[in-house]
This record gives sequence, structure tokens and C-alpha cells, in this order.
Amino acid sequence: MAEQTATATVEAPSLLTTEYRTLNYVTGPLIFVNNVHGVAYGEMVDINLPNGSVRTGQVLEVADDIAVIQVFEGTQGIDTDNTSVSFRGEVAMIDVSPELLGRVLNGTGKPIDSGPAIVPEKRLDITGSPINPYTRDKPADFIETGISAIDGLNTLVRGQKLPIFSGSGLPANELAAQIIRQARVKSGEEFAIVFAAMGITHREAAYFMSQFERTGALERVVFFMNLADDPTVERLLTPKVALTVAEYLAFEKDLQVLVVLSDMTNYCEALREVSTAREEVPGRRGYPGYMYTDLSTIYERAGRIKGRKGSVTQLPILSMPDDDITHPIPDLTGYITEGQIVLSRHLHRRGVFPPIDTLPCLSRLMNLGIGEGKTRDDHRAVANQLYAAYAQGRDLRRLVAIVGEEALSDTDRRFLRFADDFEKTIVGQGDEGRTIEQTLDLSWELMAGLPMSELKRVRDFIPKYHPNAKTEDVGGDL
Amino acid sequence: MIAGSISKITGPVVIARGMAGAKMYDVVRVGRWGLMGEVIRLEGESATIQVYEDTSGLIVGDLVESTEHPLTVELGPGLLSSIYDGVQRPLPVIAAQTGDYITRGTVASALDRERLWKFTPVAEVGQSISPGDVLGTTPEGQTIIHRIMVPAGKSGKIATIIPEGEYTVDTVVVKLEDGTEIGMTQRWPVREGRPYGRKLDPGTPFLTGMRILDTFFPIAQGGNAIIPGGFGTGKTVTQQSLAKWADVDIIIYVGCGERGNEMTEVLAEFPELEDPKTGAPLMDRTVLVANTSNMPVAAREASIYTGVTLAEYYRDMGYNVAMMADSTSRWGEALREISGRLEEMPGEEGYPAYLATRLAAFYERAGRVESLGSEARIGSVTMVGAVSPAGGDMSEPMTQNSLRVTGAFWALDTSLAHRRHFPAISWTKSYTLYLAGVRSWYEVEVASDWQAYRDRAMFILQKETELQEIVQLVGPDALPESEKVILEVARMLREDFLQQFAFDEVDAYCPPKKGYWILRTIMAFYDAAVGALNRGVSLRQVLELPIRDNIAGLKTTPHEEAITHMQEYVGTLAEEIAGIEVL
Repeated sequence: MAEQTATATVEAPSLLTTEYRTLNYVTGPLIFVNNVHGVAYGEMVDINLPNGSVRTGQVLEVADDIAVIQVFEGTQGIDTDNTSVSFRGEVAMIDVSPELLGRVLNGTGKPIDSGPAIVPEKRLDITGSPINPYTRDKPADFIETGISAIDGLNTLVRGQKLPIFSGSGLPANELAAQIIRQARVKSGEEFAIVFAAMGITHREAAYFMSQFERTGALERVVFFMNLADDPTVERLLTPKVALTVAEYLAFEKDLQVLVVLSDMTNYCEALREVSTAREEVPGRRGYPGYMYTDLSTIYERAGRIKGRKGSVTQLPILSMPDDDITHPIPDLTGYITEGQIVLSRHLHRRGVFPPIDTLPCLSRLMNLGIGEGKTRDDHRAVANQLYAAYAQGRDLRRLVAIVGEEALSDTDRRFLRFADDFEKTIVGQGDEGRTIEQTLDLSWELMAGLPMSELKRVRDFIPKYHPNAKTEDVGGDL
Repeated sequence: MIAGSISKITGPVVIARGMAGAKMYDVVRVGRWGLMGEVIRLEGESATIQVYEDTSGLIVGDLVESTEHPLTVELGPGLLSSIYDGVQRPLPVIAAQTGDYITRGTVASALDRERLWKFTPVAEVGQSISPGDVLGTTPEGQTIIHRIMVPAGKSGKIATIIPEGEYTVDTVVVKLEDGTEIGMTQRWPVREGRPYGRKLDPGTPFLTGMRILDTFFPIAQGGNAIIPGGFGTGKTVTQQSLAKWADVDIIIYVGCGERGNEMTEVLAEFPELEDPKTGAPLMDRTVLVANTSNMPVAAREASIYTGVTLAEYYRDMGYNVAMMADSTSRWGEALREISGRLEEMPGEEGYPAYLATRLAAFYERAGRVESLGSEARIGSVTMVGAVSPAGGDMSEPMTQNSLRVTGAFWALDTSLAHRRHFPAISWTKSYTLYLAGVRSWYEVEVASDWQAYRDRAMFILQKETELQEIVQLVGPDALPESEKVILEVARMLREDFLQQFAFDEVDAYCPPKKGYWILRTIMAFYDAAVGALNRGVSLRQVLELPIRDNIAGLKTTPHEEAITHMQEYVGTLAEEIAGIEVL
């Protein structure tokens, strides 16, 4: 990463900190400064207010001698006469050091706990650079989250980015906390956690904090906190700062890093706010046309690199406005991430926890992390069979609503019961953690309730794993 | 030398002043790092430039220099098995230069300058040559013979030609009598189609090894198709399957704005897979263009043109080339993003009004052609573009505009994907316009009654959709047995024929003959079942026959063995079912 720092820093002598009092126009989170020289695109700025306070900003556009600056802490109190603006001569950077573990920082990466000052080991550009696809290493290590609906059906692997699509009032945070608590790789290594809170409430932040304290995880967490009442625009920096730290810990300090970003919807809203203030041509639902590119520069910072021990795994959380999965935020996210975990209001209402709606869920990297030697030889087949049977059961529910259960054949009724049991036992596991073996064994117990001839996708494994395989002669039924 | 200075910077778009004389689409070098960019608008003496690299840190007043050439790619031996970014910089070379991350301003030659190629001359001194003529050949990989051709615009009599031997790509191969030199490589501007003799009608099918495509929705070599589908419906897996198994000589795979980890999978997997025809590593016939979503947006816009130009170059040598673009929507979005930065008046959903024109120009570069040159070669470029419609809604502009210019529509269906029916290609929404063109090939190569079976199977699947609607209203018991049997046979078609497991060793690739026989066996079952029902046998009795399990196992049985089995089943099925006693 050394090379990256060298090129990203602006080194021209003309860029030495210069102060301007030529602020000319203020709108929303933006200020316009006239008569500037040698200002770089993306440069960081200090804004000195008449009352003595200092705010931070970043150059969004330079045209001739006018610079457009977004102010992270909001523009309240800024005037055009006495406010002065000084350019730092560098793009957004963060000081990193292994001491960051166990610390709480604000949304721009400054410590806000009462701990000692951090002695930086390095200063890094928060935008990062794209990892060369050629030097990426294929994600292949199974992560056991202890949650059956994920481990069994939508397996997470190291270096993956797997978002949780939630809705307001759904327990995405509880699920994330449970994953953080239970996540293990096969070698037993523990994860370092980088947690970026963007616009979540005090209550939610306190919940995570108490979870970390309770489980003693706190000393392996770097907590970035931009809460709901913190400046909106500041959260545009939060994920970038957090991921820069995550990359540093993973690729230079050999740690397995799990990054939780909550809530990406708030990030996108901030993006829209700035875009609107700049009077840009809006895309779908007023979000800027470059939102896909912007989101990808966040999500793509997950993965593994050949020859390095660490990895960055991402678990972004986002709220689907009105539970609409086609809303631009979940939609664009789904096109970038490697799958998604979708929560269902319907299951939540019925008291199922975690309320994971398995049908629209997906893990694109699942096949890389499962099978003999990684999980178990029957894993793929079991997952396929559970999916097919559950989908069939769900279809039958619709039919039952119209024609009544009596009209169904015996086989259909067994599928219907399977779907109910599946939701209750496999998905609705509650607070407990399950090993992958437990998940798979439980699945076999459930599948035993279906006629043997319907178990087409696991047929090769029936003699080995079917609970009735030993007691009955299953040969004829096949 | 045309040189100016930056007057405005906004994201990937930079405006430079003092650029009088610059031409549209000329490549420029921007700022202290010499970032690569392209002129996309001229206004007086100021030029608007889209920059292919991250612009943070650029300063107003920084130098901008024009190279006075449009964006070109270098064409020559050594392209195959390379991995490029969107503007043809080899990623392994960049990695060697700058480490694990891609940093800005990197300059890297597209072809290995040191490597020696074994050249065998074909042309002779004194011979008159014109564009497209072959001067000599060199083996590229284990199977492809790379033909060194006369570039466009050069012709005359050969004065000297190098003898057989080993040379680098920088060698001058031929000197003409007028002193013109022709090298081993040539350059071509990516936004311009390479010239050819004439376009031919497509006739040979582009075999994919996927039963649903080869049987129901085939396209021809030189045709084009789009695969639209929401996220998670399997666009990328389908594209990769095509790249692995398609019956062509060369594959150009463009990862345009997609996931880094997916490109890594391709990079890790392709060198280890074997080409089913030649046994050589798949990578030997593949060029990858990888511009992942977090790499600069303007380079993403250029990447599909880079890809298609490489494809045309091999087409001109007389090869059948397939180009996969995954995903064209990301290209469209790049176009939209840049258009937004230019403050152009937006068209539908914010896309620029020229989206349709650009798409048409792009897809029209597919085709089966007779090359230039005195001995014309026949080659083709087949294009398959993935489309990622926002919200899975196919009425959006990218899908609709692509549909107008492509010949086949392979629609991916979210509900099929949710129930893990893969490939999740919908048989009710998809279509192809190439059926009439390729039918005679199937009739000769597969079976004379191929289309009859295809149409009957399609009819049953369509009928199933209608019957499902009735079942939803009145329940399955209300249907007569003659219709229930259609539902059962349709289910067999779906599970035992249409579903195909891309990760299974045998099932990943299905030759058309095997596909035909599976269809024929299922239809034979249907005919026999209908006959039995007419005799008064109950449907349950028919369904209990063990033959159904045998049919289900066919797709994962090795091809030849399965075909032998089926030839036997088709004979015995009727007897077996006729033997059922009426209860």
C-alpha cells in the first residue's frame, strides 16, 4: 500500500496550506469558494468558523478558480464574510495502527473514547485503490456462523461480501450481533471486527456495544460511530475510513477481518443529499446516476490477496424502504455483492428468529466453501433438496388457501408440513448456535418426513445419512 | 503537439483549455501522473475528456497532452490467454509493476515484447498483396494458428520477407517495393468495426451444451443474444458456462463492471479446464478483459469495444469467435454516468438519448463474414450480452433497446432461480429468431425429426402453464387424467431435461444428440402413458414405473452410454406400459 500513499498525496509545492476568505455561496451541505489556485480534486479542507470552531470538508469539483466543497459537519453557522477556508494539500487520509483495535472512533476516524492518542504507524488514503483482479485470491474458506439458514443454505466464505436486506423494525442488528458472536473459521481463528455505524440510533449502537462487552469481543473491535444525530455528510467518509482500516489489518497485519456496515441505506441517503445540493441530473428515485460506481468502491473492498494471510469479509446491513427489494439501494447492492440474506416480515410476525426468508437468499460463493474436507460431502445436495422441497411447500400453501387442505394428496400434505417445520426448526433456531454438522443432521431428520422417492436431489446420500436408511430397505423405494 | 491545461474537474470528467486541433475520441494524457483519457466533447478550444483513471489529486492548470490518436488496441500474437483491463493493459504486468493494487498512470505494453514466435512465411517475394492477405503464420497456444495479415490501407508488391525462424512481435515481416514496412502486429481503433469482405447469412448453430438453449432457443454462429435477469438469477454462471463449453475457436470474455471475486474464479478455473474439443487448457483459446465495478468507470465504457475489436481480429483470421459481455448494463450505466457529468439532457430513466444508437452499433459488429484478402476466409463473431435490469424489470431501456437489435432473448426468471431451477431461463418468455436458419443443420447432424420433438415438448410446457392457472383456481383433482399426465410429463421435462447442473462433471455439457434423445424418450413415455390411460389404466400406475427414475438419471450418465440406454428405452417403453393391467 506504500505506493498508493505516495501517489495519492498531493505533493506540489503550490499546495502548501493556503487560507482563503473568498467564500461566496452556501447551499445545503455545499460551499463555493472563489479565487482559489492549485486546488486538487478530492482535497481535504478545514473550514474556520467565526465562532472559532473548525469543520472538515472535501473538494467535490474545481472549475477554473472556483472550488465546490462539501462540508461534513453541516453548514450551519457558516457565513460568507468571516469564515475562512484552508486547503490541506492532501486527499482524505487516516492514521492507522494496530492500536486501533478496541477503540471507538467517530465517523471520520478520530478517537472519541477517552483512550490515549493513537500513534500512527502509517497514513493511508481512504479511497483505496482497486485490488488487481489478477492478484486476488479465490475465497474458499468456510465461515461457520452458527446459523443454519446461512451455513446450510447460503454459506458465507472468507473474503465474501454478503449483505443483510432488512426492513424497518426487523431484527437485522440482532442477527448481525449473533453472527459476530459465533463466526468461526475452521482453523478456529477469531475475527477482528471493524464496525461502521452510519446513522443508526444511540439505542442500536449501545446494543452492539453491550454485545461486544458481554462476549469480551471488545478488544478485537474497531468501532466507527456516526449516529443518527451526527452530521449526515460525515457518513460518506465512514465506510471508506472503516474499510481502509480493515484492509490494513487484513493485508498488513494478517488478521481475518469481518466488516459490518450498518446501515447502508443511510449512506445512500447522504449521497443523494449531496447530489441534490449539486443539482445533478437525478437517476432512479432521485439517487445519483453514479451510485452503482460509488457503492462498488465500497463493497469491492472485500476479498483475499494472493500471498497474504488476512482477509476482509463484509456484512453490510441495509433497510429496504417499504420492504421493497427492487428499490435502488437493495437492487444496486445485490448486483455488486456476492448474494444476500433477506429478512421477512411475515416470519418475524410469526415469532421466527432469525426471520430469514431463504427463497430470495443467495450466496454466490457457496460452492467454493462447502463439500468434503470443508463442510460435509452431502452439503450441496442437502441444500438443493431443502430449497426445492421448501419452494414446493410454499406453493402448496397458496393452493391450500383456495381449495383447502382436504383437496391435497398425501404427498402434498407432507410437503406442506415440511415447509412449516422447516421454518420452525431450521430457520427459527433462536439464540443458539449450531455447528454445520448439526444443521445438516437436522435437515436429514426433516427430510425423513418426505416420501423417499421425492428426495431426488440427495438420492446418492440416502444410504449414508437418511435416518431411516439403516432400519428400512430403501433400495426398492428408490 | 497539442497541449492544454485543466480548467475543470468533476469526477471522471475533466475539461481542458487550449486544446485547439484536438479531435473527438483522441486519447490524451492528463496531469502529473499522465492519466489516460479520451476527448468526448469539443467546444471552441476547450475539450471535455473522460479519464480512465481516478482523478483525485488533479489540479486546475495541470498539463493535458493529446496523443493525436484514437483509442486503439494492439493486435498480434500473444493476445490469447492474456488478461487485460478495459483499455488493454495486461493486469499481470500491472501487478508486477505496482503490486496488489492498481495504481494510476501505469503504462504497460499489451503484448510481450521479448517473447519469440516461430514464424513461417506464406507469402513470397514479388507477390502482390492487399489488406487481409496472410503473410505468414505462427502457432499461438496448442491449437490456434495465428495468421499475420496485411493491415488495412497497405498494399503493393513484396520486396523482402523474413525467412522461417523465431522473432519478437516488433519484427518487420515484410517490406514492400515502395518501402512500406509491415510488422507482426497492427493497431486498430476500438470504436470502429474492422473491415471485411461481405456479410454471410448465419447457418451453423452456436452450440452451447445447454439443453434449453441448444434445443429450444438456438442461435447461429455470428448471431447475437442477450441474457437479462435480476441479480441472483444466474447471468454470470450462464455466461461462464457458455465461455467454457461453446463450440467456437476463440472466446473473448469481457467482465464489464462486475465482481472482482468472480473474475478471480474465472482466472483460477480456466487454466485448469480442458477445451472439450482439443483437450488444451481453456485459457489457450480465451482472452479476458476484466474491468471490475470498482475500477474506473470510463475504462468500463471502453472495455466492451476493446473486447469486440479483439474478437473481430480473430474473426478475420477465419475463426469462429464468441464474445461474452457481462454485463452490458454496467456499460450503459457508465454511459449514463458520463452523460450526467456532461450535463446532457437525459432520456428515459436518465440514460442518454443516444443509448439505442450506441447499442445498435455495438451489436451489429457481430456476424459471420467473408474476410478481406485474395483468399477469403470465413469467420464469425457471436455476441452474448448479459443485461442486469434494475429491479428485474425488463421494461427498462437497456433491455428494451437491446431487444430491438439482437436476435435472441434468453430471459432469466427470478422465480425459477428462487426454486433453484437452473439454468433459470424462462421457456415462456425467451425467443430466438435463428431457428429457421439453423434447422437444416440439426436435421442433418442430429435427427431428421428434431424439430417435431422440439415443438411437441414446447407445446407440453406451454400447456402446463395454462393448466397451472386452472389448478391454482380449482385444485389439481378437478383436472381429468389426460391433463394430469401433461402436468407430470411437463414436470419431467423441467426436472430431467431443462434443469442442468453447471457444476456436475457430466451434466455441465450436453451434446445436442443426447438432448434430442432425452426429449425423444420423455415424449415416448408420454405417448405410451396416454395410450395406457385410454385403456383405463390409472395415472398412478403409470407413474410408479421404475423407468421414470431411469430417465431422471440420464442427464448425469456419460453421453454415449446414456444415448445407448435411451435407444433401448424408446423401444421397450411402449411394451412396458402396455403391459400394465387395468385395475
